Amino acid sequence: MSTIVLLLITGLGLGAVYFLVASGLSLIYGLMGVLNFAHGAFLTLGALIGWETARLVGADSWGGFALSLLVGCLVGALLAAATEFILIRPLYERHIEQVLVTVGLNLAAIALFEGVWGTDPVFIQGPTWMGMTTEILGAHISNDLFITIPLAGLVLLGLVLFLKKTRYGMIIRAGVENRSMVTALGIDVRRAFTLVFTIGGAVAGLGGVLASHFFGYVSPMLGGSLLIFAFIVTVIGGLGSLAGAAVAAVVVGVLQQFANFYWGVGDFVVVILLAVVLLTRPSGLMGRKVATA
Amino acid sequence: MSSILSVQNLQASINGQQVVEDVTFDVPAQGITALLGRNGVGKTSSIKAILGLIHRDAGTVSLEGQDITSLATHRIVQRGVGYVPEDREVFAGLSVAENLRLSERDENPRRELVESLFPDLVKRAQQPAGTLSGGQQQMVSLARALMNQNRVLLVDEPTKGLAPKIVGEVAEALAEAARTVPILLVEQNLAVVRQLAAGAIVLSDGHVVHTTDSAAEFLADEELVTRYLGVGTATETSTETSAQTSTQTSTQTTAEGAHP
Repeated sequence: MSTIVLLLITGLGLGAVYFLVASGLSLIYGLMGVLNFAHGAFLTLGALIGWETARLVGADSWGGFALSLLVGCLVGALLAAATEFILIRPLYERHIEQVLVTVGLNLAAIALFEGVWGTDPVFIQGPTWMGMTTEILGAHISNDLFITIPLAGLVLLGLVLFLKKTRYGMIIRAGVENRSMVTALGIDVRRAFTLVFTIGGAVAGLGGVLASHFFGYVSPMLGGSLLIFAFIVTVIGGLGSLAGAAVAAVVVGVLQQFANFYWGVGDFVVVILLAVVLLTRPSGLMGRKVATA
Repeated sequence: MSSILSVQNLQASINGQQVVEDVTFDVPAQGITALLGRNGVGKTSSIKAILGLIHRDAGTVSLEGQDITSLATHRIVQRGVGYVPEDREVFAGLSVAENLRLSERDENPRRELVESLFPDLVKRAQQPAGTLSGGQQQMVSLARALMNQNRVLLVDEPTKGLAPKIVGEVAEALAEAARTVPILLVEQNLAVVRQLAAGAIVLSDGHVVHTTDSAAEFLADEELVTRYLGVGTATETSTETSAQTSTQTSTQTTAEGAHP
């Protein structure tokens, strides 16, 4: 029983990290049709600068941790906004070139990060409490999960409220359905593009800091390894669907934990799940169905 | 009559395929002008090219004498070119109220006008637009365009696929709207055209081949209708003939149109 509880909660934590990466990816693709391979770079830079900030302030202090979250968020947002403005916007509607430029940026960013921080993982620490465990039904749960999971939940809630209650949220939801019709109503959809990129980057930066505490290290490759699973989550959830990303992130995270623990094939099972979803529901669990004539 | 919208030598393409070859016409500053032609001659593409929704290769578009060719789509719409697209294109996941709110760009949107024209939409304000019937979706699409004080409306096949009763309601709404804003109407239902349109512009093979101040007069000419629209006047069900009698009308068939 304790093992199942442990796997469930750590799976939920992993799902929370996946969601923080996948939510931005999903919104960006849904609104702009851009497969953003540079998203991992937003996460990595957020994690690295977040860690440097925590170190400066005091890595074992709550203030340092909170500041690292804030700085990670800000760094991710700034890099994402700059990416959209400088690289993506001039390539509007040229999707192949957009993919190529984000792949190139990701490779360049990793090389730059390795140049600055080295190739080895940097093992990090947070407030003492986060390094301890709490017993739940016999399972010893790492305390950092009690921060990661609720924070991911708050991000989900915040994004849902933003999308439902604000005019820009409404524009983004409409743009995900039909971008050209939004412009035909006199709305400059490019502002929404920048906003979505910025929000996605901010959430990825936050996810980077939380992921580094979840895994216990930060490295220039952190974003790249998470990005693969984030893409899988995005596709399984349905491109453009925030709720789909949340559900798929939890399913993938929990399934991966169980499969890894019992059979050591977590990654393989996730890929099989992706194949099954693509074959049975090509538009994903909560994606829009492909229109038929 | 002065024109509100002037299109000169417009050429446009989609993915390198030319869909508007060389279109020139003026939309009068009053009433409804029909843009007619067989399927695939470039009516919808012309409207999309005016709005910049598809790539324009050449030509100019002027609104009240001001060149708007180089403007982005949202800027053209902000200048007062309203658009009702073919197939409605409501945002299915948004509620009716959200669809309408999204279209509001004036400081004082004309909510009262919209509510008086489409009272059913008020009752269905919180319903997702994707769950509405085709006719109701068309009301949403029209309401979005009427929410602002536009200078001209481009309305693309508003009665397509609708039940006859709903066609009548849409026609009534368009007639009411035309009292305050000139309309360029793409419409395949010739009975509706006869009921609503003052003038007509006829496209064939990507060109304007005929313009007239009297759509009714054009539609009464069986030879022209057969040649350019591919249907006989006798085959239609004419429900309204109020515009049958023309006074001081002028028609013009281009040399190309006269000798196809």
